Amino acid sequence: MSGLITMDDLTNDEILSILDDAERLLPVARGEAYLPLLQGKILGNLFFEPSTRTRMSFETAMKRLGGDVVNLGDVKTSSVVKGETLYDTIQMVDGYTDIIAMRHPRQGAAQYAQDSAEVPVLNGGDGAGHHPTQTMLDLFTIRQAHGRLEGLKVVLAGDLRYGRTVHSLSHALTRFGCELIFASPDVLRMPGEIVEDLSSHGATIVETNDLLGSIDTADVVYMTRIQKERFADEDEYTKVAGAYKLHASNLDGVKESMIIMHPLPRVDEIHPSVDSTRHARYFEQAFNGVVARMALLCRLLEIEVPGGEA
Amino acid sequence: MSQEHNMRRVTAIRNGTVIDHIPAGQAMRVLEMLGLQSSTTVPVSMVMNVPSKKKGTKDIIKVEDRELTQNELNRLALVAPEAHVAIIRAYSVAQKLTIDLGEEVKNVVRCTFSNCITANPREPLPHRLKIYKTDPLQLRCHYCGRPQDLVDVIHNLL
Repeated sequence: MSGLITMDDLTNDEILSILDDAERLLPVARGEAYLPLLQGKILGNLFFEPSTRTRMSFETAMKRLGGDVVNLGDVKTSSVVKGETLYDTIQMVDGYTDIIAMRHPRQGAAQYAQDSAEVPVLNGGDGAGHHPTQTMLDLFTIRQAHGRLEGLKVVLAGDLRYGRTVHSLSHALTRFGCELIFASPDVLRMPGEIVEDLSSHGATIVETNDLLGSIDTADVVYMTRIQKERFADEDEYTKVAGAYKLHASNLDGVKESMIIMHPLPRVDEIHPSVDSTRHARYFEQAFNGVVARMALLCRLLEIEVPGGEA
Repeated sequence: MSQEHNMRRVTAIRNGTVIDHIPAGQAMRVLEMLGLQSSTTVPVSMVMNVPSKKKGTKDIIKVEDRELTQNELNRLALVAPEAHVAIIRAYSVAQKLTIDLGEEVKNVVRCTFSNCITANPREPLPHRLKIYKTDPLQLRCHYCGRPQDLVDVIHNLL
């Protein structure tokens, strides 16, 4: 494989094998062991729009494995502001680094970068497009909790239209035979072409406006942030977004094993009262970003993680 | 009615291109895609909904004094992938061209999505749209994945 642009770049077996690698790298991610597998390698972190978790977890992942990182820095002070094309930026970074992690506001930018580069590109989010490294850490978190990915019932809630994390995740979950419930306001429904694609791959999908009515039988509830600017006025936002919030008191009837996830940052869609319940997994999920990205960096740089089957 | 009769609906051309077996009703779109509607000065003849052995009915276009290029053929493939194209020189068929829609069109049409990376005209890589479905036609941008239909394609030809 050259890079990771969408989840279509990975087979199910590859996904599971990378998750196995991630599992073995947990002590390294926690700082309990030092394993300099990527010593001498340099990651180019190209974040053309703001990122906290993705950028920092890529950087942490690289450094935990003994590698180094160069950052694009603030776009406002880089050559991008002078009008440099993405192609030219990539040509330069391609020569400086061994692998690139990139986030860009324009959709398709990651594929474009991969087509422009010799080194592998990891898509850290392109517009409302894909976010496959987030999906890998999401899958890791789900497997950690349930011991499997197959056949789970997963509720994806909130902004399904613009939320790239749920686009990549729903594709991956479909491939593992999960049942998907899309709970969102009408204006933020999952894009039609994605629903069409998922259905053509045999997905079982229910679309609903009723989040709380969907969670009692779920194995995973994946919350996302609804942004005010998606609505014509604030009143409409307040009216609609209120139905996509979770409070600990909403969880009385749910399965014991159900986990609540969120790509973070959250605003008020998950009340802090949920944090201390057995269901909250979003902070572990954020930590898992490091270990999942460690495994992906090794895989794309063709460095074997010790301890796997020969 | 015979094939010969169809061809005689418009006079034989001396030099140029004959596009036969266009799906019935699509000839206007073919003209639009080839830029032959408004900007051309060469004579163009068109017959629509004439009998066809294979498909029941079809359209035919004859363009005088102009031979279609491969790039134009690639455009034509999007509307009429089964069309037959013949280059005519001195009233005879000098060359039969085959149309192959293939899996992707490169630098034929641009992505419709305003937030696609290719919307920046200074980015140098080619516009690439993959053929996702043919009936009805649906293309998807190689970069951003946005689906586009025939009407989108016609309005975004390069």
